[in-house]
Amino acid sequence: MGKAMRNDTVVKYDVERIRRDFPVLSTSVNDNPLVYLDSGASSQMPQSVIDRINHYHQYEHANIHRGVYQLSEQATTAYEEVRTTVARFLNVPDSAEIIFTKGTTHAINLVAHAYGRKFVRAGDEIIVSHMEHHSNIVPWQQLCEEVGATLKVIPISDVGELDLEVYEGLLSEKTKMVAVTHVSNVLGTINPIRDMVALAHAKDIPVLVDGAQGAPHMKVDVQDLDCDFYIFSGHKVCGPTGIGVLYGKRDWLERMDPFEGGGDMILSVTFEKTTYADIPAKFEAGTPPIVSALGLGKAIDYLESIGLDSIELHEKVLTKYAMDALTDIEDITFYGTAPNKAGVISFNIKGVHAHDIGTLLNDDGVAVRTGHHCAQPIMQRYKVPATTRASFYLYNTVDDVDKLVVAIRKAQKIFS
Amino acid sequence: MSSKQIYQEVILDHCKKPRNWGMVSKPTHKAEGINPLCGDHLWVSMTVVDETIEDIQYEGESCAICMASGSMMTMKVKGKAFTDVMALTEQFRSLTTGPSEADGAKELGSLTVFSGIRDLPSRVKCAMLPWHTLTAAINSKEEASTEGDQDPVPGSGTQKT
Ligand SMILES: Cc1ncc(COP(=O)(O)O)c(C=O)c1O
Repeated sequence: MGKAMRNDTVVKYDVERIRRDFPVLSTSVNDNPLVYLDSGASSQMPQSVIDRINHYHQYEHANIHRGVYQLSEQATTAYEEVRTTVARFLNVPDSAEIIFTKGTTHAINLVAHAYGRKFVRAGDEIIVSHMEHHSNIVPWQQLCEEVGATLKVIPISDVGELDLEVYEGLLSEKTKMVAVTHVSNVLGTINPIRDMVALAHAKDIPVLVDGAQGAPHMKVDVQDLDCDFYIFSGHKVCGPTGIGVLYGKRDWLERMDPFEGGGDMILSVTFEKTTYADIPAKFEAGTPPIVSALGLGKAIDYLESIGLDSIELHEKVLTKYAMDALTDIEDITFYGTAPNKAGVISFNIKGVHAHDIGTLLNDDGVAVRTGHHCAQPIMQRYKVPATTRASFYLYNTVDDVDKLVVAIRKAQKIFS
Repeated sequence: MSSKQIYQEVILDHCKKPRNWGMVSKPTHKAEGINPLCGDHLWVSMTVVDETIEDIQYEGESCAICMASGSMMTMKVKGKAFTDVMALTEQFRSLTTGPSEADGAKELGSLTVFSGIRDLPSRVKCAMLPWHTLTAAINSKEEASTEGDQDPVPGSGTQKT
């Protein structure tokens, strides 16, 4: 993208108009306007998503795939339409490859069970990276323990990038899965997924991408990435909790056994034998979170109406501004300074524990995450017990960053 | 909730200059405490004679609230019998978690600066960790954790060392 065009896009991005779509952003905390810098944990919901959820509860509530009456058929249609929306969002041509789950964690567990128990044997290896969220570590660890496989870890550099040379060396005929995050929820690093997939595929190894921090912030094209599985959560893309998405290549999904058994995932059941439904139903046992799916559909519509490219650019500009502003603070240490970095900034202030920073920032209405961010191996890598994390989204402003800086300086003064 | 109540001079002072910092040379009792939410990690070590704490020290890495609570705790319990210490622990617990009218027993003295913590439910564990660890040390269990506590803000992740 040329420089002129970049400026052009910045000018057109009307963040104040966007902010008005989010009711919570005009609320106060401790008599200060809320400065919400924790979208990495959960993003906020625009009015259109809230309205969609309310409307369903008021007028549309019914089970799906089960009734012949109008209300049930309407709910079924609406739910299935979201599958098409999600397929478009990830550029998936075949919407049967979109499975609804409860969230990212649930989706990873699904693959670790349904793929893992079928294709991973004693002596095999699973590769994860050192920057994974616990949800992309623990299910694989459990699998390895169960079948006698080994977990291999791609190391990270001081600035927070994956060591691709080591990665390449780890890939072998024993490797049965590479499970890696698109964007680190602590370091902000955007990993070179396309290249990593190509390397794995050269050895016929499938790749699962944890897109919890990717899909919300950039245009994701799974055909371009060519990954075998891509996963994200509704509550981080301006949607509600209780819904997540698993994209899987048809070939894998068909060869995998079901994860959970129950209603909706069967063709026929006798006490002798059950035959399973085709995908996606095969992986959606029981009544799904229908209303959450509808909210997710509206959230995606909303993000697309603004444009994922514009959102990405807005966050890039804001992140650069924030890094420059925060660098001026004395005694600050950053964790994750890779050149290709999303709007996630982790740091510590010498002499002030992250948890105290979090509490003091809250006095000024500034909401940040503190702790290990469900990524303890990263904390161990950088030898810190915890960090403070500010994460940005489409509705954050330069003013938010300025308030963050002022609040940090204030906290620092209390401890000086 | 505002934290103005909690980051007061006393607490900041104990945080910057923790008293009884370190490990007693030949501990008869000791325990390790972990708060997975904060990453707080500390050790309490004691010399105990006839169920009385002759000497007590603590050390570790923690947030200010935990640090100050530990420092003030060691000052408070040194020289006291186990039964008194256990009563104090209970009083401190109700100070930090009880209804706001309860301003704390007289025995708590300067520890009542922690009463404001009940307005910051996610931080109660930080203040309680040294006391949990002390209880573990008294019972000479190896490790204390804030995990078993009723968590006013659950979902902070789990950790077993
Ligand atoms: C990178 C990453 N992976 C996985 C998760 C887990 O997502 P969820 O809690 O929605 O299952 C998160 C969110 O916390 C995340 O940031």
